[in-house]
Amino acid sequence: MAEYVVELKHVTKRFPGVIAMHDMHIQIKPGEIHGLIGENGAGKSTLIKVLTGVYIPEEGEIYVDGQKVSFANPVQAREAGIACVYQELNIVPMLPVVDNVFMGRNEHKPNGLLDYPRMHKEAHEALTTLGHPEVDTHIECGKLGMGLQQMVEIAKAVSLKAKLLIMDEPTSSLGEQEVKQLMTTVRKLKSQGIAILFVSHKLEELFELCDRVTVMRDGEHIDTRDIADWNNDSLIQAMVGRSLENQFPKEFGKKGECMLECRHLKELGVLKDVSFKAYGGEILAFAGLVGAGRTETMRALFGADPLDGGEVYVKGKKMNFKNPGQAIRAGIAFLTEDRKGQGLVLSLSVKTNIILANMRRFKKGFLLDNGEIERNSQQRIKELRIKTPTAEEVVSQLSGGNQQKVVIGKWINCDADIYIFDEPTRGIDVGAKVEVYNVMNDLVKQGKCVIMVSSELPEVLGMADRVVVMREGEVMAEIDRDSAHFNQEDIMKAAWGGKIA
Amino acid sequence: MNDTKKKAGISDLLWKLGPLMVLALLFIIFTIALPGKFLSIANMMNILKQTSINCLIAAGMLLTLITAGIDLSVGYNAILSTCLIGVMMQNGITNPVLLIVAAIALCTFCGFMNGTLYTRLDLPHPYVSTLGMKFVLWGMALLITNSQTIGFNNKGIDPVLWIGKATLFSFGFPVSFILVIIVYFIFHVFLNHTALGRQIYCVGGNPEAARMSGIRSKDVLTIVYTISGFMCGVAGVVLAGRLNSANTASAANFDTDAIAACIIGGASFRGGKGTIWGSMIGALLIATIRDGLNLFGAGNDIQYIVIGSVIILAVTLDVFRGKAEAKARKMAAVTK
Repeated sequence: MAEYVVELKHVTKRFPGVIAMHDMHIQIKPGEIHGLIGENGAGKSTLIKVLTGVYIPEEGEIYVDGQKVSFANPVQAREAGIACVYQELNIVPMLPVVDNVFMGRNEHKPNGLLDYPRMHKEAHEALTTLGHPEVDTHIECGKLGMGLQQMVEIAKAVSLKAKLLIMDEPTSSLGEQEVKQLMTTVRKLKSQGIAILFVSHKLEELFELCDRVTVMRDGEHIDTRDIADWNNDSLIQAMVGRSLENQFPKEFGKKGECMLECRHLKELGVLKDVSFKAYGGEILAFAGLVGAGRTETMRALFGADPLDGGEVYVKGKKMNFKNPGQAIRAGIAFLTEDRKGQGLVLSLSVKTNIILANMRRFKKGFLLDNGEIERNSQQRIKELRIKTPTAEEVVSQLSGGNQQKVVIGKWINCDADIYIFDEPTRGIDVGAKVEVYNVMNDLVKQGKCVIMVSSELPEVLGMADRVVVMREGEVMAEIDRDSAHFNQEDIMKAAWGGKIA
Repeated sequence: MNDTKKKAGISDLLWKLGPLMVLALLFIIFTIALPGKFLSIANMMNILKQTSINCLIAAGMLLTLITAGIDLSVGYNAILSTCLIGVMMQNGITNPVLLIVAAIALCTFCGFMNGTLYTRLDLPHPYVSTLGMKFVLWGMALLITNSQTIGFNNKGIDPVLWIGKATLFSFGFPVSFILVIIVYFIFHVFLNHTALGRQIYCVGGNPEAARMSGIRSKDVLTIVYTISGFMCGVAGVVLAGRLNSANTASAANFDTDAIAACIIGGASFRGGKGTIWGSMIGALLIATIRDGLNLFGAGNDIQYIVIGSVIILAVTLDVFRGKAEAKARKMAAVTK
């Protein structure tokens, strides 16, 4: 038996303009629970996709049981014994458990029909090895709880005779009891000699479960140690410890009046209690882990999702918005995180997208004033330096950075006072990032209020005047730029649920 | 760089003019194959007359397709308006304005109901609300007419019939097609030069982005189905004049013909695209094929087979075009 069940050496994965993973190596021993941790965007997902054959790396080698392999597609990775349970379960809720366990493969009778008795038996056996013989394989998967649905997904992997089971944030949607259940199952798999790569955002789980933990940052391997050699502080240090280069052209505005205040926002299952104030002339950043409720807070105050409680005040006036239209008329602009899904109509022109949020501005009587639209879009293209051949170009043809600038142009046309930027620099190159920061600087200097939701700590530290740190739908801390706690370690601590000393 | 751009521009234009070129090609083929029969003013006017009802219904259908929806109730909605005219006439109402307004108002209301059911009950797809509505309207048309055909000849409502029946000028240009041209011009301006028109494309292209930009997507959709209903009413009035009767059996192909016209003209079931002039070309293409095959002496059987093939061919070409574009985009990204 080889020393490592799966080994990666010098693996590099590039995307146009971005190196997602660089010279990565990791060694996973048979029957160990190997933790993997890193900030958002550290390259964990890329690693998972390389291991499961979704991405094909440009450089480097993959070994399974000491044999060099290369996966051309996910099926080959699966056949080599690498299975993955994704954060978003791949379950068909309308189908019975047995069909979900056997999704993508099946057992035939000699006559070519499906051998359901055998499939039921095997599915049941797989669930039994996980410690859940009570699950009826005839029942529709959707009728099971989240924890058991996950068990079905794990059973799928087990019945494939996986040697390595990757679990991507498996506890993120589970309740406390279900997490305990899952941990028992994971230990059971370990005792059967199956290796587990356990990706998690929750430090306490890593300490409870893992034998070794690997830290990734910026697409690179930082450190792998036995769990006994790690502690909370050293893990966080390893995750965030990067030097801050001067990519942040921070300029300061003059702090003005309170533009936006939220009091005790509640949304069942999402937001527990969120209160904050945002002022003109400053950038207020929202930090926290993915799923901490930052985007949800913004959507709720913007009227995109209904609130279950709490009040929103704009310039001192109480205004709980029922739909985004009302929020826009009250002077709020929301640059959504998901540019393509929520910010742009990709199939339409730059021009149309730029007027999307405020068409009434361009009305002349019944008709749209095409001359004014043309003039306006030329102006936005010029001042935001949008690289596009013409204003008629279809937005899907532009690069990520330029698409983001089109979204910015759209909101500038609304003459908003409050600008919410949700992950404004995700997926755009460094040069375009600086231009986006400069737009924020300009807005702040005009006395506008800027709120920036960002999962990138350097960006938060580089641009924010004040930071609100959220965790699980609550505000954990509020830190001023001139406070001693305005640093990566303390913000991370708050985001992971720790106390700031 | 500039060269390839220019080339792309030309080929793009050719693709866009595709249906028009096919129409032209068809004209040439029929002219040569049917000497003296096809290319005559009388036959041209006949094609226009044949196509006007489809054009009117297709205009409304186009809006629903742009929003990634569909309106399956159009055929019986139009029939219902014709039947309403017939029933009102039987009850002694012959004021043309009143008849036309009542017919169009009823259809508009039915369209409004289509949109309301779809958006306010959160039905999964307008297929559901409009398919259901199709049967409801069919039943209502049968109900109010007692399943009888109502003849309009010499019943004192000639001004209503005039729209669908009359021709102008010495060469007999159909009034109904003049109506089509007016309606299409209004639709062109509406879709391209009004806020609501642009919003229809936005809602079709990305409903979530539209909503997050403050556009009330549900209201826009309701209006779209209301307009589709309105156009059915107009088509129903024209139909009264064309058939000279109200007959519940005459709606057979209205829905599929309208969808076919829009799809051939460049609209997509996925929404976000389609132009009004494309739909007109699509409708003319269908009418021309029917007309030409008729002159050849081919019956409904052959016509259906040909038209079905043309629909599949048109959409296949569109898919190819999309793939070619995507490939070109990828190549551009790599070389960059």
